[in-house]
Amino acid sequence: MDELEKRMLKEVAELDSLPVGAFNIRSNGASEARNSTANIQIESRESGDGINVYFKDGTKNESCHIPVIISKTGHKECVYNDFFVGEDCDVVIVAGCGISNCGGHDSQHDGIHTFHIGKNSKVKYVEKHYGEGTGTGKRLMNPTTVVYLEEGATMDMDTSQIAGINDTYRITKAELGPDATLIMHDKILTNFDQTAKAEITVDLNGDGSVCDIVSRGVAKGESEQDVIIDISGNAQCKGHAECDSIIMDKGVIVATPKLKATCVDASLIHEAAIGKIAGEQITKLMTLGLNEQEAEQKIIEGFLM
Amino acid sequence: MLELQNISFHADDKDILKDINLKIDDKFVAITGPNGSGKSTLLKVIMGIITPTSGKIIFDGQDITDLPVNERANLGMSFAFQQPVRFKGLKVIDLLKIAAGPEGTSAQIRSYLKAVGLCPMDYLNREINDTLSGGEMKRIEIAMAAARGGKLSLFDEPEAGIDLWSFQSLIEVFENLRNVTNGNILIISHQERILEIADKIIYLKDGTVDRYDESAKIMDELNMRRKGGCDCAFGQKGVSCNG
Ligand SMILES: Nc1ncnc2c1ncn2[C@@H]1O[C@H](COP(=O)(O)OP(=O)(O)OP(=O)(O)O)[C@@H](O)[C@H]1O
Ligand SMILES: [Mg+2]
Repeated sequence: MDELEKRMLKEVAELDSLPVGAFNIRSNGASEARNSTANIQIESRESGDGINVYFKDGTKNESCHIPVIISKTGHKECVYNDFFVGEDCDVVIVAGCGISNCGGHDSQHDGIHTFHIGKNSKVKYVEKHYGEGTGTGKRLMNPTTVVYLEEGATMDMDTSQIAGINDTYRITKAELGPDATLIMHDKILTNFDQTAKAEITVDLNGDGSVCDIVSRGVAKGESEQDVIIDISGNAQCKGHAECDSIIMDKGVIVATPKLKATCVDASLIHEAAIGKIAGEQITKLMTLGLNEQEAEQKIIEGFLM
Repeated sequence: MLELQNISFHADDKDILKDINLKIDDKFVAITGPNGSGKSTLLKVIMGIITPTSGKIIFDGQDITDLPVNERANLGMSFAFQQPVRFKGLKVIDLLKIAAGPEGTSAQIRSYLKAVGLCPMDYLNREINDTLSGGEMKRIEIAMAAARGGKLSLFDEPEAGIDLWSFQSLIEVFENLRNVTNGNILIISHQERILEIADKIIYLKDGTVDRYDESAKIMDELNMRRKGGCDCAFGQKGVSCNG
């Protein structure tokens, strides 16, 4: 791995060296390093366009890292990664994609992640998207995440796109069985002429299922964000979504809430707010010695933490 | 150290501050007066949060009338808001770190919280959002001002919302600012016990300085007015007393 790839790995997966536990590092379309453990098996898909990851029943306190790096200008890929998590597991999955494009051709990563999470299993999922580079070629990412939660299963997702992606279309779909829980924190920062579209669809199908979705966005420059959160309550369930955005400069944000209840015992709430940074927050930080720009930056940093 | 020359503030067709002239040199000066008399506005003018319609502000011999808030802060002014500002995402430790500056050690940061009666373990990682109670927000606000230390600490009703039990600790925070960091304190308060320990009291009424004198003298007048059969709690309930 060269210095650039190492740095990208640090950005998207906070890794300084090869991780412990199971991992698969994909670089410019090829698997660069892979490790399975006694409980976590990573296999290439027969079609060659991704991996299947199997977690044995009862796998606890283990992690699986699957970072993707693209540093070749013009590289475009569509990757399917499927996760089969057995029953009674408690695992951490860290995904992430970094594109460094210093060339003149567009680089693109489309990743479709599907999670099958077994009874009473807990999965913590962290996904970071990051782009950089001085070239005129665009950095494009279109992640799709599909989650099937069986009875009593929990998925806690932390997804973010903090910098450098020109265009993104992020799709998240989840179906929850009885007593299943989905927690999702999604953060997007866009700048310049970037665009981001996010569609989050949750079906609460089982009695006792719960979802809590917090989406935070900051649109700077002339960037545009379009966020749709769509929750269906089809059982005795609780759904909560909060879509909170800050616009700056000439940014544009569209937040579309959609709630649908097909069961009288479904309780669904959607809160959405868009606004600029509150002037009094900037003033407060200025009384602590920060100038206006530093204050803004601090507020956004905190907001997207 | 602080001089206000002909400060006026006009907004919404109202004269909120009317030609205020003040020279403040004492270590501990309290501003009091009825609700709506212009106390908070005056303090914000001093910090640069509100730009006066006319007048000049001199701080340590320097004309600071046109300086932005952060430059006044870096000259050694700090400010604790009457209504502390809440943030989404920023934590108590984040703001205390900014307040204490690069030299502030984590032991010091913890000590500022302890001084306002908050256990650092419970509060350092709390978000400064609407899950904190009003009294907790006020205490954190005071801790931030204490962390900045500096030449002039401005407090807007720091005791409001703080339970009586903690009152002595609050006084200790001020004494510490005065004695250890050798700073001056200008504080808006309606609290007799704070007014009593002040060197001087400024009594503001209808946007003008009605009285400005040694604390003892003004306190005597206060008590006289009370004994004079008027039961308004001079400056406390927001009713201006003419009795
Ligand atoms: N920007 C503004 N526009 C219009 N009126 C204002 C503005 N700012 C303050 N005021 C008015 O000026 C007066 C003084 O306000 P200020 O907040 O300074 O009072 P105060 O003495 O601090 O009162 P309190 O004891 O209630 O805190 C009030 O009547 C208030 O409504
Ligand atoms: Mg006030």
